[in-house]
Amino acid sequence: MSMTSHGYRSSNIKDPKLLMWIFLASDCMFFGSLIGTYLVYRGRSLVGPYPQDLFDIPLTTISTFVLLMSSFLMVMALYYLRKNKIQSFRLATFGVIIFGSIFLGFQVFEFSHFAHEGLTLQQNLFGSSFYVLTGTHGIHVAIGVLWLISLLITSYIRPMTSKDEVYLDVAALYWHFVDIVWIVIFTVVYLIEFI
Amino acid sequence: MAISSQSAKNLGSKVLIRPNSQTKGIVSWLTTVDHKRLGIMYLVASFLFLFTATIESSLIRTQLIRPNNTFLSPEIFNQMFTLHGVTMVFLAIMPMGTGFANFLVPLMIGARDLAFPRLNAFGFWIYIAGATLFYSSIFLGGAPNAGWFAYAPLTSLSANPGHGIDFYMIGLFLAGMGTLATAMNVIVTIISMRAPGMTLWRMPMFIWMVLITMFLILFAFPPFTIALVQVIMDRSFGSLFYVPEQGGMPILWQHLFWIFGHPEVYIIVLPAFGAISEVIPAFSRKPLSGYPIMVFSGMSIGFMGFAVWAHHMFTTGLGPYGEMAFAVTSFVIGVPTGAKIFNWVMTMWGGKIRLTTSMLFAIGFIVTFVMGGITGIMVAISSLDAQINSSYFLVAHFHYAMGGGALLGFMAGFYYWFPKFTGKMLSEKVGRFVFALIAVGFHTVFFPQHFLGLMGMPRRIQTYADGYGFNTLNLISTLGSYIALVGACLLAYDIIVTMRSKDRKAPNDPWDARSLEWSIPSPPPVHDFDTTPVVVGQDTFWLEKYPQFKNISKQEESEIAKLAKESDKHGIHMPGASWWPLITSVALFFGGYSIIFDNILLGIIMAGLLIFSVHAWAFEGVGGYYVTVDNDGGKK
Ligand SMILES: [Cu+2]
Repeated sequence: MSMTSHGYRSSNIKDPKLLMWIFLASDCMFFGSLIGTYLVYRGRSLVGPYPQDLFDIPLTTISTFVLLMSSFLMVMALYYLRKNKIQSFRLATFGVIIFGSIFLGFQVFEFSHFAHEGLTLQQNLFGSSFYVLTGTHGIHVAIGVLWLISLLITSYIRPMTSKDEVYLDVAALYWHFVDIVWIVIFTVVYLIEFI
Repeated sequence: MAISSQSAKNLGSKVLIRPNSQTKGIVSWLTTVDHKRLGIMYLVASFLFLFTATIESSLIRTQLIRPNNTFLSPEIFNQMFTLHGVTMVFLAIMPMGTGFANFLVPLMIGARDLAFPRLNAFGFWIYIAGATLFYSSIFLGGAPNAGWFAYAPLTSLSANPGHGIDFYMIGLFLAGMGTLATAMNVIVTIISMRAPGMTLWRMPMFIWMVLITMFLILFAFPPFTIALVQVIMDRSFGSLFYVPEQGGMPILWQHLFWIFGHPEVYIIVLPAFGAISEVIPAFSRKPLSGYPIMVFSGMSIGFMGFAVWAHHMFTTGLGPYGEMAFAVTSFVIGVPTGAKIFNWVMTMWGGKIRLTTSMLFAIGFIVTFVMGGITGIMVAISSLDAQINSSYFLVAHFHYAMGGGALLGFMAGFYYWFPKFTGKMLSEKVGRFVFALIAVGFHTVFFPQHFLGLMGMPRRIQTYADGYGFNTLNLISTLGSYIALVGACLLAYDIIVTMRSKDRKAPNDPWDARSLEWSIPSPPPVHDFDTTPVVVGQDTFWLEKYPQFKNISKQEESEIAKLAKESDKHGIHMPGASWWPLITSVALFFGGYSIIFDNILLGIIMAGLLIFSVHAWAFEGVGGYYVTVDNDGGKK
């Protein structure tokens, strides 16, 4: 008798996973609206600084690469948990947390650098739409990092169960999505300026 | 019936004692995760807001009863129509649909709760938090005054320096979170928790319409939420999204708002369509006509709903091609809606019609909604819209669609399901008067407004001068609002009398109805179904009562019965009550105030409480207890 027996199931997908898929569908619209706003206001700032003055493509490429690699480690973490190799799972999860934090560190650095150059939320439309878009993405990454830290600590407190596997699966879905969103942002916010 | 309790030691229960199945009184309501209790709480809250909004509209109409009236000052008048619109749309009618869905979705698909019971409780409490925050504006410096669609730059800090707009933005942000959470929850429930045998094509039409509604919420609320966030950022943190002096484009708000706002119309009205699709077959003693057409028309309304938003913006200068495109899509969306009307009429055609109060409301719904649809096609003509935009014609149109459509539909559903919700029967005699007063009152208010609009009376004006010929029609319209108010009071009176009386007990199946919720007692026991239902077709409960209509092979039926039996083996798991959804909502509620009043300390404390309560929630686990039903102590 398991705690999860909710009676008959009419689909094969686990509830938390289905919930996450549905949430991500909705989250697409959140980011879609933010990116849409950014693109609508692109080139409409009345005063500088402008994107070309600030963006440092090599630097952002590195942070993008770090985030991509964290997704790779996320896959490893899930793989090891399924194989019940707890030590390797912890190591890989720790790696995701570190890489995610490095990405956030890059973002903090970038924000403070931009602010130093005169781009604040209040400066121009570019500042407003840029910070709210990338800030929302940063909050997503931060929530993911917190979530994984909680899962990692859990693995030290009590033995991991098949339910935790579902939770990690869900967290991984979320993480990959946040990663993909960043690829889009990197393309339509950063790279587009240099085409 | 035996109950075995499971206690767990964990973070959550160490801090606050977790209520169990023995908990009674107010605590059991505050911590409940039962979909029936939450459904009733949604309905009670939404009816209270409905009543509030009705009183607000009576005040508005009283101000307009004669020319040059001074009953409400212009500022109060602005606040009043804003309160009325926001309350009706976000706090009354939409949560009413959610309330029906909460109570009925599990019962109609043969499940015992929603997929995520605590998330469901959170959805309710955050709705209450958002509504409370919104209404607290009255006592904290004045209500929002920019109308329910709060167009930029009316909402900018320079145009609107008080805190009213902040309450609108943050209140709706919070309530929207709850709406989204519940939508996701209901989708998972409908996909994963249908009883054995309930294929998608055997789902009751109400379930189909709720499912489509929830998908609409999923995609429509994010653009609105982002627009709210942008205005909050503008007002509290100095960003420039809607500051025209800095290049900000107020039109962007209109786009984001109406990309949400038009689907919102269907979010409000589709559950009412669903209710009507249950009421009419039950009182016509016929199956719903054109079931697949109903499903596909619902779906196409859902899809098309996202392709018509700019018909709210014909006068903003979309250009001839933009206007033409959105006019055409707006005509086209009338087709599936018309198909639904035909199917309801076809369902009644040749049926044994019983004119209960519920059925009267259903017929009233069809008539009124058709009228709203016809004026809808009229305002979709962009050249005509240029003339009647922002006039009383428009006010009449959308009240016919939303008030006459959604509200009369929900009233039909309310009279139909009230016995199931409460175990009591509302008085049919009083019901006739309630229907007559509301229907007559409604049409008396809004029918003259068509002509007022065509004569040129603009909406949202506090008063009008004598001599335009507006006087008589306004007087009639105002008198109508009093008639409707009397109807609402009579309904409230009858609900109170019914709930207090001891001899109005409802049987399990008072209407000889068709779907699963009528197969269990009224009100249902806490675990809903003693045994997992066996679904043998559309209208499965009807087929159980009248097996001659069954159309299923013996083999398939026995296979489904076997599945049902197997899933009963483990006993019935009831999820545990929890404090954390409420506490999470409280944290977000006060977090909202910290943004409105720039209180960083309060913000930090509430962020801490939020993170803590989310963790407590997660580590507390589902918990709960098991119910086992004795074989002989079960049904009957
Ligand atoms: Cu519309």
